[in-house]
Amino acid sequence: MTEHVLSNTAPTVGDIDTVNAREMRSHRLSVAFRYALLAGVGLLMLYPLIWLIGASFKTNSEIFANPGFWPKNPTLDGYIKGWKTSTPYSFGTFFLNTLWIVVPKVIGTAISCTAVAYGFARFEFPFKKLLFASLIATLLLPNVVTRIPQYLLFRDLGWLDSFLPLWVPSAFAGDAFFVFMLVQFLRAIPRDMEEAARVDGATTWQALIFIVVPLLMPALISVCLFQFMWTMNDFLGPLIYISSVDKYPVSLALKLSIDTTEAFEWNRVLAMSVLTLTPALAVFFLAQKYFIDGISSGGIKG
Amino acid sequence: MSGESRFLGLFYLSPYVIGLLIFTALPFVASFYLSFTNYNLMNEPIFTGLANYIKLFTNDRTFRKSLWVTLVYVFTTVPLKLAFALFMAVILNYKLKFINVFRTAYYVPSILGGSIAIAVLWRYIFADVGLVNMGLNLIGFESVNWFGDPTNALFTITLLRLWQFGSAMVIFLAALQSIDRTLYEAAAIDGAGRWTSFVYITLPLITPVIFFNLIMQMVQAFQEFNGPYIITQGGPLKSTYLLPLYIYDEAFKRFDMGYASAIAWVLFVIIMLLTLAAFWSSRHWVYYAGDKRS
Repeated sequence: MTEHVLSNTAPTVGDIDTVNAREMRSHRLSVAFRYALLAGVGLLMLYPLIWLIGASFKTNSEIFANPGFWPKNPTLDGYIKGWKTSTPYSFGTFFLNTLWIVVPKVIGTAISCTAVAYGFARFEFPFKKLLFASLIATLLLPNVVTRIPQYLLFRDLGWLDSFLPLWVPSAFAGDAFFVFMLVQFLRAIPRDMEEAARVDGATTWQALIFIVVPLLMPALISVCLFQFMWTMNDFLGPLIYISSVDKYPVSLALKLSIDTTEAFEWNRVLAMSVLTLTPALAVFFLAQKYFIDGISSGGIKG
Repeated sequence: MSGESRFLGLFYLSPYVIGLLIFTALPFVASFYLSFTNYNLMNEPIFTGLANYIKLFTNDRTFRKSLWVTLVYVFTTVPLKLAFALFMAVILNYKLKFINVFRTAYYVPSILGGSIAIAVLWRYIFADVGLVNMGLNLIGFESVNWFGDPTNALFTITLLRLWQFGSAMVIFLAALQSIDRTLYEAAAIDGAGRWTSFVYITLPLITPVIFFNLIMQMVQAFQEFNGPYIITQGGPLKSTYLLPLYIYDEAFKRFDMGYASAIAWVLFVIIMLLTLAAFWSSRHWVYYAGDKRS
Protein backbone atom coordinates (compact mmCIF):
# COMPACT_ATOMS: atom_id res chain seq x y z
CA MET A 1 0.00 0.00 0.00
CA THR A 2 2.93 2.30 0.61
CA GLU A 3 4.63 1.87 -2.78
CA HIS A 4 2.88 4.53 -4.78
CA VAL A 5 3.55 7.10 -2.08
CA LEU A 6 7.23 6.29 -1.96
CA SER A 7 8.00 5.84 -5.62
CA ASN A 8 8.39 9.46 -6.72
CA THR A 9 11.48 11.09 -8.18
CA ALA A 10 14.55 11.62 -6.00
CA PRO A 11 14.43 14.78 -3.82
CA THR A 12 16.70 17.77 -4.47
CA VAL A 13 18.44 19.86 -1.79
CA GLY A 14 15.91 22.66 -2.23
CA ASP A 15 13.05 20.26 -1.61
CA ILE A 16 14.58 19.11 1.65
CA ASP A 17 15.01 22.71 2.87
CA THR A 18 11.40 23.55 2.14
CA VAL A 19 10.28 20.42 3.87
CA ASN A 20 12.40 21.23 6.91
CA ALA A 21 11.12 24.80 7.19
CA ARG A 22 7.55 23.63 6.83
CA GLU A 23 8.16 20.94 9.41
CA MET A 24 9.56 23.46 11.96
CA ARG A 25 6.60 25.79 11.65
CA SER A 26 3.97 23.11 11.82
CA HIS A 27 5.93 21.44 14.59
CA ARG A 28 5.54 24.39 16.99
CA LEU A 29 1.85 24.84 16.26
CA SER A 30 1.26 21.16 16.51
CA VAL A 31 3.00 20.86 19.88
CA ALA A 32 0.90 23.65 21.38
CA PHE A 33 -2.26 22.12 19.98
CA ARG A 34 -1.33 18.67 21.28
CA TYR A 35 -0.63 19.92 24.79
CA ALA A 36 -3.90 21.85 24.91
CA LEU A 37 -5.88 18.88 23.72
CA LEU A 38 -4.11 16.43 26.03
CA ALA A 39 -4.58 18.64 29.07
CA GLY A 40 -8.24 19.28 28.22
CA VAL A 41 -9.05 15.62 27.76
CA GLY A 42 -7.03 14.72 30.84
CA LEU A 43 -8.98 17.14 32.98
CA LEU A 44 -12.29 15.90 31.59
CA MET A 45 -11.21 12.32 32.35
CA LEU A 46 -10.02 12.90 35.87
CA TYR A 47 -12.44 15.54 37.08
CA PRO A 48 -15.22 13.07 37.96
CA LEU A 49 -12.75 11.26 40.23
CA ILE A 50 -11.47 14.48 41.75
CA TRP A 51 -15.04 15.65 42.32
CA LEU A 52 -15.86 12.29 43.94
CA ILE A 53 -13.10 12.73 46.51
CA GLY A 54 -14.20 16.28 47.32
CA ALA A 55 -17.88 15.32 47.43
CA SER A 56 -17.25 12.52 49.92
CA PHE A 57 -16.33 15.23 52.47
CA LYS A 58 -19.35 17.40 51.68
CA THR A 59 -22.63 17.57 53.54
CA ASN A 60 -25.59 15.89 51.86
CA SER A 61 -27.16 19.19 50.89
CA GLU A 62 -23.97 20.41 49.23
CA ILE A 63 -23.37 17.39 46.99
CA PHE A 64 -25.98 18.34 44.41
CA ALA A 65 -25.41 22.06 44.74
CA ASN A 66 -21.67 22.54 44.37
CA PRO A 67 -19.86 21.43 41.20
CA GLY A 68 -16.50 22.46 42.71
CA PHE A 69 -14.01 20.17 44.36
CA TRP A 70 -13.56 21.96 47.67
CA PRO A 71 -16.25 21.28 50.33
CA LYS A 72 -17.67 24.42 52.02
CA ASN A 73 -18.28 22.70 55.34
CA PRO A 74 -15.97 19.68 55.32
CA THR A 75 -17.31 16.77 57.31
CA LEU A 76 -16.25 13.20 58.02
CA ASP A 77 -19.88 12.20 58.53
CA GLY A 78 -20.03 10.22 55.30
CA TYR A 79 -17.00 8.16 56.27
CA ILE A 80 -18.01 7.54 59.89
CA LYS A 81 -21.65 6.65 59.23
CA GLY A 82 -20.91 4.95 55.92
CA TRP A 83 -18.30 2.70 57.56
CA LYS A 84 -20.83 1.56 60.17
CA THR A 85 -23.45 0.80 57.47
CA SER A 86 -27.08 0.04 58.17
CA THR A 87 -26.28 -3.66 58.68
CA PRO A 88 -24.81 -5.27 61.83
CA TYR A 89 -21.46 -5.37 60.01
CA SER A 90 -19.04 -2.57 59.23
CA PHE A 91 -17.11 -2.02 56.02
CA GLY A 92 -14.16 -3.59 57.86
CA THR A 93 -15.93 -6.96 57.54
CA PHE A 94 -16.57 -6.37 53.87
CA PHE A 95 -12.94 -5.45 53.18
CA LEU A 96 -11.78 -8.59 54.99
CA ASN A 97 -14.19 -10.69 52.93
CA THR A 98 -12.77 -9.18 49.77
CA LEU A 99 -9.30 -10.06 51.01
CA TRP A 100 -10.34 -13.69 51.55
CA ILE A 101 -11.35 -13.85 47.91
CA VAL A 102 -8.45 -11.86 46.46
CA VAL A 103 -5.55 -13.60 48.23
CA PRO A 104 -6.29 -17.22 47.25
CA LYS A 105 -7.32 -16.13 43.78
CA VAL A 106 -4.12 -14.21 43.07
CA ILE A 107 -1.87 -16.93 44.53
CA GLY A 108 -3.76 -19.70 42.73
CA THR A 109 -3.61 -17.79 39.45
CA ALA A 110 0.11 -17.09 39.73
CA ILE A 111 1.06 -20.70 40.49
CA SER A 112 -1.25 -22.45 38.03
CA CYS A 113 -0.68 -20.04 35.14
CA THR A 114 3.11 -20.21 35.54
CA ALA A 115 3.11 -24.02 35.43
CA VAL A 116 0.78 -24.14 32.43
CA ALA A 117 2.64 -21.45 30.50
CA TYR A 118 5.90 -23.29 31.18
CA GLY A 119 4.34 -26.48 29.81
CA PHE A 120 3.16 -24.74 26.65
CA ALA A 121 6.34 -22.77 26.02
CA ARG A 122 8.99 -25.42 26.74
CA PHE A 123 7.64 -28.90 25.99
CA GLU A 124 6.41 -30.97 23.11
CA PHE A 125 3.60 -33.36 23.92
CA PRO A 126 0.58 -35.03 22.31
CA PHE A 127 -2.39 -32.74 21.53
CA LYS A 128 -0.30 -29.61 22.12
CA LYS A 129 -1.78 -27.80 19.13
CA LEU A 130 -5.30 -28.75 20.11
CA LEU A 131 -4.79 -27.64 23.71
CA PHE A 132 -3.29 -24.33 22.66
CA ALA A 133 -6.22 -23.79 20.32
CA SER A 134 -8.53 -24.46 23.27
CA LEU A 135 -6.71 -21.74 25.18
CA ILE A 136 -7.41 -19.22 22.43
CA ALA A 137 -11.01 -20.41 22.22
CA THR A 138 -11.48 -19.89 25.98
CA LEU A 139 -9.99 -16.46 25.57
CA LEU A 140 -12.79 -15.56 23.19
CA LEU A 141 -15.55 -17.58 24.86
CA PRO A 142 -18.08 -15.25 26.50
CA ASN A 143 -18.57 -16.21 30.17
CA VAL A 144 -22.26 -15.66 29.79
CA VAL A 145 -22.66 -19.04 28.11
CA THR A 146 -21.06 -21.11 30.90
CA ARG A 147 -22.37 -19.16 33.87
CA ILE A 148 -25.62 -21.03 34.50
CA PRO A 149 -24.20 -24.59 34.45
CA GLN A 150 -21.29 -23.38 36.59
CA TYR A 151 -23.82 -22.17 39.12
CA LEU A 152 -25.54 -25.57 39.06
CA LEU A 153 -22.18 -27.32 39.44
CA PHE A 154 -21.22 -25.24 42.47
CA ARG A 155 -24.66 -25.79 43.93
CA ASP A 156 -24.20 -29.57 43.65
CA LEU A 157 -20.77 -29.26 45.26
CA GLY A 158 -22.38 -27.35 48.15
CA TRP A 159 -20.26 -24.25 47.45
CA LEU A 160 -23.06 -21.68 47.20
CA ASP A 161 -22.73 -18.78 49.61
CA SER A 162 -19.00 -19.48 50.03
CA PHE A 163 -15.94 -17.86 48.45
CA LEU A 164 -14.91 -21.06 46.64
CA PRO A 165 -16.77 -20.48 43.34
CA LEU A 166 -15.10 -17.09 43.12
CA TRP A 167 -11.50 -18.31 43.17
CA VAL A 168 -11.22 -22.06 42.59
CA PRO A 169 -11.64 -21.91 38.76
CA SER A 170 -8.82 -19.35 38.60
CA ALA A 171 -6.56 -21.68 40.59
CA PHE A 172 -6.96 -24.15 37.70
CA ALA A 173 -5.49 -21.62 35.25
CA GLY A 174 -9.03 -20.64 34.31
CA ASP A 175 -8.06 -17.17 33.12
CA ALA A 176 -6.74 -17.90 29.65
CA PHE A 177 -5.58 -14.30 29.30
CA PHE A 178 -2.88 -14.74 31.87
CA VAL A 179 -1.68 -18.07 30.53
CA PHE A 180 -1.48 -16.59 27.07
CA MET A 181 0.40 -13.53 28.30
CA LEU A 182 2.96 -15.66 30.18
CA VAL A 183 3.43 -18.01 27.21
CA GLN A 184 4.20 -15.02 24.97
CA PHE A 185 6.65 -13.70 27.53
CA LEU A 186 8.36 -17.09 28.00
CA ARG A 187 8.80 -17.60 24.29
CA ALA A 188 10.87 -14.45 24.18
CA ILE A 189 13.25 -15.66 26.93
CA PRO A 190 16.24 -17.66 25.60
CA ARG A 191 16.46 -21.23 26.82
CA ASP A 192 20.27 -21.37 27.29
CA MET A 193 20.26 -21.06 31.04
CA GLU A 194 17.60 -23.71 31.51
CA GLU A 195 19.45 -26.06 29.17
CA ALA A 196 22.71 -25.49 31.01
CA ALA A 197 21.00 -26.29 34.29
CA ARG A 198 19.48 -29.42 32.78
CA VAL A 199 22.90 -30.57 31.59
CA ASP A 200 24.14 -30.11 35.16
CA GLY A 201 21.41 -32.48 36.29
CA ALA A 202 18.60 -30.18 37.39
CA THR A 203 15.06 -31.48 36.94
CA THR A 204 12.59 -29.49 34.84
CA TRP A 205 10.88 -28.62 38.07
CA GLN A 206 14.07 -27.10 39.50
CA ALA A 207 14.71 -25.25 36.24
CA LEU A 208 11.22 -23.79 36.49
CA ILE A 209 11.57 -22.61 40.09
CA PHE A 210 15.17 -21.39 40.07
CA ILE A 211 15.62 -20.09 36.54
CA VAL A 212 12.32 -19.48 34.76
CA VAL A 213 10.36 -17.94 37.62
CA PRO A 214 12.96 -15.23 38.38
CA LEU A 215 13.13 -14.32 34.68
CA LEU A 216 9.36 -14.35 34.43
CA MET A 217 8.93 -12.09 37.46
CA PRO A 218 7.97 -8.84 35.67
CA ALA A 219 5.22 -10.58 33.70
CA LEU A 220 4.13 -12.49 36.76
CA ILE A 221 3.79 -9.28 38.74
CA SER A 222 1.61 -7.85 35.95
CA VAL A 223 -0.58 -10.95 36.12
CA CYS A 224 -1.00 -10.64 39.90
CA LEU A 225 -1.78 -6.94 39.70
CA PHE A 226 -4.41 -7.37 37.01
CA GLN A 227 -5.99 -10.28 38.84
CA PHE A 228 -6.05 -8.21 42.05
CA MET A 229 -7.72 -5.33 40.24
CA TRP A 230 -10.32 -7.41 38.44
CA THR A 231 -11.19 -9.34 41.57
CA MET A 232 -11.63 -6.16 43.58
CA ASN A 233 -13.95 -4.91 40.83
CA ASP A 234 -15.85 -8.15 40.30
CA PHE A 235 -19.52 -7.70 41.00
CA LEU A 236 -21.50 -10.28 39.05
CA GLY A 237 -19.64 -13.25 40.62
CA PRO A 238 -20.41 -12.27 44.24
CA LEU A 239 -23.92 -11.19 43.21
CA ILE A 240 -24.67 -14.70 41.99
CA TYR A 241 -22.86 -16.74 44.62
CA ILE A 242 -22.87 -14.81 47.91
CA SER A 243 -26.19 -14.45 49.66
CA SER A 244 -25.47 -13.77 53.36
CA VAL A 245 -24.56 -10.21 54.22
CA ASP A 246 -21.74 -11.25 56.57
CA LYS A 247 -19.90 -12.71 53.56
CA TYR A 248 -20.39 -9.72 51.25
CA PRO A 249 -17.28 -8.34 49.54
CA VAL A 250 -17.07 -4.55 49.17
CA SER A 251 -18.63 -4.48 45.70
CA LEU A 252 -21.86 -6.05 46.98
CA ALA A 253 -21.77 -4.00 50.18
CA LEU A 254 -21.63 -0.84 48.12
CA LYS A 255 -24.65 -1.91 46.10
CA LEU A 256 -26.43 -2.65 49.37
CA SER A 257 -25.60 0.78 50.71
CA ILE A 258 -27.09 2.40 47.60
CA ASP A 259 -30.29 0.42 48.09
CA THR A 260 -30.62 1.26 51.77
CA THR A 261 -29.41 4.84 52.11
CA GLU A 262 -29.31 6.51 48.76
CA ALA A 263 -32.58 8.37 49.00
CA PHE A 264 -31.04 10.90 51.37
CA GLU A 265 -27.60 9.91 52.75
CA TRP A 266 -25.58 10.55 49.62
CA ASN A 267 -22.27 11.30 51.25
CA ARG A 268 -22.12 7.88 52.91
CA VAL A 269 -22.34 6.15 49.56
CA LEU A 270 -19.75 8.47 48.01
CA ALA A 271 -17.38 8.11 50.96
CA MET A 272 -17.54 4.32 50.76
CA SER A 273 -17.04 4.51 46.99
CA VAL A 274 -13.81 6.41 47.61
CA LEU A 275 -12.67 3.77 50.10
CA THR A 276 -13.38 0.87 47.74
CA LEU A 277 -11.41 2.59 44.97
CA THR A 278 -8.44 3.33 47.21
CA PRO A 279 -6.70 -0.09 47.22
CA ALA A 280 -6.86 -0.34 43.42
CA LEU A 281 -5.62 3.23 42.95
CA ALA A 282 -2.80 2.78 45.46
CA VAL A 283 -1.61 -0.42 43.82
CA PHE A 284 -1.82 1.18 40.40
CA PHE A 285 0.31 4.17 41.32
CA LEU A 286 2.88 2.03 43.12
CA ALA A 287 3.28 -0.31 40.18
CA GLN A 288 2.08 1.46 37.05
CA LYS A 289 5.05 0.31 35.00
CA TYR A 290 3.80 -3.27 35.27
CA PHE A 291 0.31 -2.36 34.14
CA ILE A 292 1.37 -0.45 31.08
CA ASP A 293 3.98 -3.08 30.13
CA GLY A 294 1.44 -5.81 30.74
CA ILE A 295 -1.19 -4.47 28.40
CA SER A 296 1.18 -3.34 25.70
CA SER A 297 2.99 -6.68 25.54
CA GLY A 298 0.41 -9.35 26.25
CA GLY A 299 -2.62 -7.47 25.13
CA ILE A 300 -5.17 -7.39 27.91
CA LYS A 301 -8.74 -6.22 28.05
CA GLY A 302 -9.63 -3.28 30.26
CA MET B 1 14.51 -30.23 26.32
CA SER B 2 15.20 -33.79 25.43
CA GLY B 3 15.35 -37.07 27.24
CA GLU B 4 12.18 -37.03 29.26
CA SER B 5 8.82 -38.53 28.67
CA ARG B 6 6.58 -37.00 26.04
CA PHE B 7 4.02 -36.57 28.75
CA LEU B 8 6.03 -34.29 31.03
CA GLY B 9 4.54 -31.22 29.34
CA LEU B 10 1.07 -32.55 29.99
CA PHE B 11 1.96 -32.84 33.65
CA TYR B 12 2.58 -29.09 33.79
CA LEU B 13 -0.63 -28.54 31.87
CA SER B 14 -2.71 -30.72 34.17
CA PRO B 15 -4.32 -27.86 36.17
CA TYR B 16 -5.39 -26.25 32.93
CA VAL B 17 -6.73 -29.47 31.43
CA ILE B 18 -8.71 -30.34 34.56
CA GLY B 19 -10.04 -26.79 34.87
CA LEU B 20 -10.91 -26.66 31.18
CA LEU B 21 -12.94 -29.86 31.40
CA ILE B 22 -14.74 -29.11 34.67
CA PHE B 23 -15.26 -25.37 34.59
CA THR B 24 -15.48 -24.60 30.87
CA ALA B 25 -16.12 -27.58 28.57
CA LEU B 26 -18.67 -29.37 30.74
CA PRO B 27 -20.67 -26.17 31.49
CA PHE B 28 -20.49 -25.23 27.82
CA VAL B 29 -22.10 -28.50 26.74
CA ALA B 30 -24.53 -28.47 29.67
CA SER B 31 -25.64 -24.96 28.79
CA PHE B 32 -26.43 -26.06 25.23
CA TYR B 33 -28.50 -28.96 26.57
CA LEU B 34 -30.28 -26.80 29.16
CA SER B 35 -31.36 -24.38 26.45
CA PHE B 36 -33.66 -27.15 25.14
CA THR B 37 -35.24 -27.83 28.52
CA ASN B 38 -37.59 -26.43 31.04
CA TYR B 39 -35.70 -26.27 34.33
CA ASN B 40 -36.64 -24.25 37.39
CA LEU B 41 -34.30 -25.89 39.96
CA MET B 42 -37.22 -27.61 41.72
CA ASN B 43 -37.40 -30.73 39.55
CA GLU B 44 -35.19 -32.37 36.96
CA PRO B 45 -34.80 -30.57 33.60
CA ILE B 46 -37.60 -31.55 31.20
CA PHE B 47 -36.64 -31.75 27.54
CA THR B 48 -38.89 -29.46 25.52
CA GLY B 49 -37.15 -29.40 22.16
CA LEU B 50 -37.08 -26.03 20.45
CA ALA B 51 -39.83 -24.58 22.66
CA ASN B 52 -37.55 -22.01 24.35
CA TYR B 53 -36.17 -20.75 21.05
CA ILE B 54 -39.61 -20.62 19.43
CA LYS B 55 -40.92 -18.59 22.33
CA LEU B 56 -37.89 -16.27 22.16
CA PHE B 57 -38.33 -15.43 18.52
CA THR B 58 -42.09 -15.41 18.20
CA ASN B 59 -43.57 -14.52 21.54
CA ASP B 60 -41.18 -12.50 23.66
CA ARG B 61 -41.26 -8.74 23.24
CA THR B 62 -38.79 -8.23 26.09
CA PHE B 63 -36.25 -10.34 24.21
CA ARG B 64 -36.71 -8.43 20.98
CA LYS B 65 -36.36 -5.11 22.78
CA SER B 66 -33.34 -6.33 24.73
CA LEU B 67 -31.62 -7.72 21.64
CA TRP B 68 -32.14 -4.45 19.78
CA VAL B 69 -30.81 -2.38 22.69
CA THR B 70 -27.77 -4.66 22.95
CA LEU B 71 -26.96 -4.30 19.25
CA VAL B 72 -27.39 -0.52 19.37
CA TYR B 73 -25.17 -0.37 22.43
CA VAL B 74 -22.39 -2.51 20.95
CA PHE B 75 -22.42 -0.84 17.54
CA THR B 76 -22.17 2.64 19.02
CA THR B 77 -19.82 1.97 21.93
CA VAL B 78 -17.17 -0.13 20.20
CA PRO B 79 -16.51 2.10 17.15
CA LEU B 80 -16.61 5.29 19.23
CA LYS B 81 -14.23 3.87 21.80
CA LEU B 82 -11.76 2.55 19.22
CA ALA B 83 -11.82 5.76 17.20
CA PHE B 84 -11.28 7.90 20.29
CA ALA B 85 -8.53 5.62 21.62
CA LEU B 86 -6.73 5.71 18.28
CA PHE B 87 -7.10 9.47 17.99
CA MET B 88 -5.64 10.06 21.44
CA ALA B 89 -2.83 7.58 20.78
CA VAL B 90 -1.89 9.48 17.61
CA ILE B 91 -1.89 12.76 19.52
CA LEU B 92 0.29 11.24 22.25
CA ASN B 93 2.68 9.62 19.78
CA TYR B 94 4.94 12.62 19.42
CA LYS B 95 8.10 13.87 21.04
CA LEU B 96 6.31 15.46 23.98
CA LYS B 97 7.42 16.00 27.52
CA PHE B 98 5.20 14.44 30.16
CA ILE B 99 3.98 11.82 27.73
CA ASN B 100 4.06 9.28 30.56
CA VAL B 101 2.04 11.54 32.83
CA PHE B 102 -0.72 11.82 30.24
CA ARG B 103 -0.62 8.14 29.48
CA THR B 104 -1.03 7.35 33.16
CA ALA B 105 -3.83 9.87 33.60
CA TYR B 106 -5.75 8.40 30.69
CA TYR B 107 -5.20 4.91 31.93
CA VAL B 108 -6.58 5.45 35.45
CA PRO B 109 -10.25 5.21 34.37
CA SER B 110 -9.56 1.84 32.72
CA ILE B 111 -8.21 0.50 35.99
CA LEU B 112 -11.20 1.67 38.01
CA GLY B 113 -13.92 1.68 35.39
CA GLY B 114 -15.26 -1.80 35.98
CA SER B 115 -15.86 -1.23 39.67
CA ILE B 116 -19.20 -0.65 41.29
CA ALA B 117 -17.94 2.55 42.88
CA ILE B 118 -17.56 4.12 39.43
CA ALA B 119 -21.04 3.01 38.40
CA VAL B 120 -22.28 4.67 41.61
CA LEU B 121 -20.35 7.81 40.73
CA TRP B 122 -21.97 7.80 37.30
CA ARG B 123 -25.42 7.82 38.90
CA TYR B 124 -24.45 10.91 40.83
CA ILE B 125 -22.81 12.87 38.08
CA PHE B 126 -25.60 12.24 35.55
CA ALA B 127 -28.41 12.85 38.06
CA ASP B 128 -30.89 15.66 37.31
CA VAL B 129 -28.92 18.07 39.48
CA GLY B 130 -25.64 16.17 39.16
CA LEU B 131 -22.19 17.32 38.15
CA VAL B 132 -22.74 17.06 34.38
CA ASN B 133 -25.89 19.17 34.41
CA MET B 134 -24.30 21.69 36.80
CA GLY B 135 -21.42 21.94 34.33
CA LEU B 136 -23.79 22.35 31.36
CA ASN B 137 -25.67 25.11 33.20
CA LEU B 138 -22.39 26.88 33.98
CA ILE B 139 -21.51 27.17 30.30
CA GLY B 140 -25.03 28.22 29.38
CA PHE B 141 -26.73 25.00 28.30
CA GLU B 142 -29.97 23.55 29.56
CA SER B 143 -29.96 20.52 31.84
CA VAL B 144 -30.35 17.19 30.10
CA ASN B 145 -32.66 14.53 31.46
CA TRP B 146 -30.08 11.73 31.34
CA PHE B 147 -31.89 8.88 33.02
CA GLY B 148 -35.49 9.77 32.21
CA ASP B 149 -35.13 9.74 28.45
CA PRO B 150 -34.66 6.31 26.80
CA THR B 151 -32.07 7.48 24.24
CA ASN B 152 -29.97 9.40 26.75
CA ALA B 153 -29.98 6.62 29.33
CA LEU B 154 -28.19 4.16 27.05
CA PHE B 155 -25.76 6.87 26.07
CA THR B 156 -24.67 7.42 29.71
CA ILE B 157 -23.51 3.79 29.71
CA THR B 158 -21.72 4.27 26.40
CA LEU B 159 -20.03 7.33 27.93
CA LEU B 160 -18.93 5.27 30.94
CA ARG B 161 -17.19 2.79 28.66
CA LEU B 162 -15.79 5.54 26.42
CA TRP B 163 -14.28 7.06 29.53
CA GLN B 164 -12.27 3.85 29.79
CA PHE B 165 -10.59 4.25 26.43
CA GLY B 166 -7.13 4.09 28.09
CA SER B 167 -6.39 0.39 27.78
CA ALA B 168 -7.17 0.34 24.06
CA MET B 169 -5.14 3.54 23.70
CA VAL B 170 -2.06 2.06 25.37
CA ILE B 171 -2.16 -0.87 22.94
CA PHE B 172 -2.49 1.50 19.97
CA LEU B 173 0.31 3.66 21.31
CA ALA B 174 2.68 0.71 21.62
CA ALA B 175 1.93 -0.20 18.00
CA LEU B 176 2.43 3.39 16.79
CA GLN B 177 5.76 3.63 18.56
CA SER B 178 7.02 0.52 16.83
CA ILE B 179 6.53 2.00 13.33
CA ASP B 180 9.78 2.74 11.54
CA ARG B 181 10.33 6.57 11.50
CA THR B 182 12.15 6.50 8.18
CA LEU B 183 8.90 5.59 6.40
CA TYR B 184 7.44 8.97 7.40
CA GLU B 185 10.60 10.87 6.48
CA ALA B 186 10.64 9.27 3.07
CA ALA B 187 6.97 10.08 2.57
CA ALA B 188 7.43 13.70 3.70
CA ILE B 189 10.27 14.19 1.20
CA ASP B 190 7.97 12.87 -1.49
CA GLY B 191 5.48 15.55 -0.49
CA ALA B 192 3.00 13.48 1.44
CA GLY B 193 1.06 15.50 4.00
CA ARG B 194 0.31 14.35 7.48
CA TRP B 195 -3.10 12.95 6.59
CA THR B 196 -1.76 11.05 3.59
CA SER B 197 0.99 9.53 5.75
CA PHE B 198 -1.57 8.53 8.33
CA VAL B 199 -3.86 6.85 5.82
CA TYR B 200 -1.17 5.13 3.74
CA ILE B 201 1.49 4.34 6.34
CA THR B 202 0.11 4.40 9.87
CA LEU B 203 -3.27 2.76 9.39
CA PRO B 204 -2.08 -0.22 7.32
CA LEU B 205 0.75 -0.92 9.76
CA ILE B 206 -1.45 -0.95 12.85
CA THR B 207 -4.32 -2.99 11.42
CA PRO B 208 -3.28 -6.03 13.54
CA VAL B 209 -3.86 -4.11 16.78
CA ILE B 210 -7.03 -2.51 15.44
CA PHE B 211 -8.25 -6.02 14.78
CA PHE B 212 -7.20 -7.22 18.23
CA ASN B 213 -8.86 -4.27 19.99
CA LEU B 214 -12.00 -4.66 17.88
CA ILE B 215 -12.51 -8.30 18.86
CA MET B 216 -11.73 -7.75 22.55
CA GLN B 217 -13.92 -4.67 22.91
CA MET B 218 -16.78 -6.30 21.06
CA VAL B 219 -16.80 -9.48 23.16
CA GLN B 220 -16.68 -7.30 26.26
CA ALA B 221 -19.40 -4.88 25.15
CA PHE B 222 -21.82 -7.72 24.44
CA GLN B 223 -21.44 -8.81 28.07
CA GLU B 224 -21.91 -5.41 29.69
CA PHE B 225 -23.68 -5.92 33.01
CA ASN B 226 -22.45 -3.70 35.86
CA GLY B 227 -23.17 -0.39 34.13
CA PRO B 228 -26.85 -0.89 33.33
CA TYR B 229 -27.48 -2.94 36.47
CA ILE B 230 -26.25 -0.25 38.83
CA ILE B 231 -26.74 2.97 36.89
CA THR B 232 -30.11 2.56 35.23
CA GLN B 233 -31.45 -0.85 36.35
CA GLY B 234 -32.29 -1.52 32.74
CA GLY B 235 -34.73 1.38 32.54
CA PRO B 236 -36.40 3.64 31.59
CA LEU B 237 -38.83 1.57 29.49
CA LYS B 238 -36.18 -1.18 29.21
CA SER B 239 -34.04 1.16 27.11
CA THR B 240 -30.87 -0.09 28.84
CA TYR B 241 -32.05 -3.63 29.44
CA LEU B 242 -29.08 -5.36 27.77
CA LEU B 243 -29.23 -9.11 27.16
CA PRO B 244 -26.89 -10.01 30.07
CA LEU B 245 -29.38 -8.31 32.41
CA TYR B 246 -32.24 -10.27 30.93
CA ILE B 247 -30.28 -13.51 31.28
CA TYR B 248 -29.45 -12.67 34.89
CA ASP B 249 -33.09 -11.95 35.73
CA GLU B 250 -34.38 -15.09 34.05
CA ALA B 251 -31.72 -17.31 35.65
CA PHE B 252 -31.22 -15.91 39.11
CA LYS B 253 -34.43 -14.04 39.87
CA ARG B 254 -37.07 -16.20 38.15
CA PHE B 255 -34.89 -19.36 38.24
CA ASP B 256 -35.92 -20.25 34.72
CA MET B 257 -32.57 -21.85 33.90
CA GLY B 258 -33.64 -23.41 30.61
CA TYR B 259 -34.98 -20.21 29.13
CA ALA B 260 -32.03 -18.19 30.40
CA SER B 261 -29.65 -20.69 28.77
CA ALA B 262 -31.48 -20.27 25.47
CA ILE B 263 -31.02 -16.49 25.63
CA ALA B 264 -27.36 -16.98 26.54
CA TRP B 265 -26.94 -19.19 23.50
CA VAL B 266 -28.50 -16.65 21.18
CA LEU B 267 -26.10 -14.05 22.57
CA PHE B 268 -23.19 -16.47 22.21
CA VAL B 269 -24.06 -17.28 18.60
CA ILE B 270 -24.26 -13.57 17.75
CA ILE B 271 -20.86 -12.91 19.32
CA MET B 272 -19.38 -15.95 17.60
CA LEU B 273 -20.75 -15.02 14.17
CA LEU B 274 -19.45 -11.47 14.45
CA THR B 275 -16.05 -12.72 15.65
CA LEU B 276 -15.87 -15.17 12.75
CA ALA B 277 -16.92 -12.42 10.34
CA ALA B 278 -14.13 -10.24 11.70
CA PHE B 279 -11.58 -13.05 11.36
CA TRP B 280 -12.78 -13.87 7.88
CA SER B 281 -12.73 -10.26 6.69
CA SER B 282 -9.35 -9.65 8.33
CA ARG B 283 -7.68 -11.34 5.33
CA HIS B 284 -8.71 -8.32 3.34
CA TRP B 285 -7.77 -5.52 5.65
CA VAL B 286 -5.26 -6.69 8.26
CA TYR B 287 -1.65 -6.29 7.21
CA TYR B 288 1.04 -8.43 8.78
CA ALA B 289 4.66 -7.38 8.35
CA GLY B 290 6.58 -9.88 6.25
CA ASP B 291 3.42 -10.75 4.39
CA LYS B 292 3.68 -10.71 0.58
CA ARG B 293 0.61 -8.51 0.08
CA SER B 294 1.13 -4.76 0.20
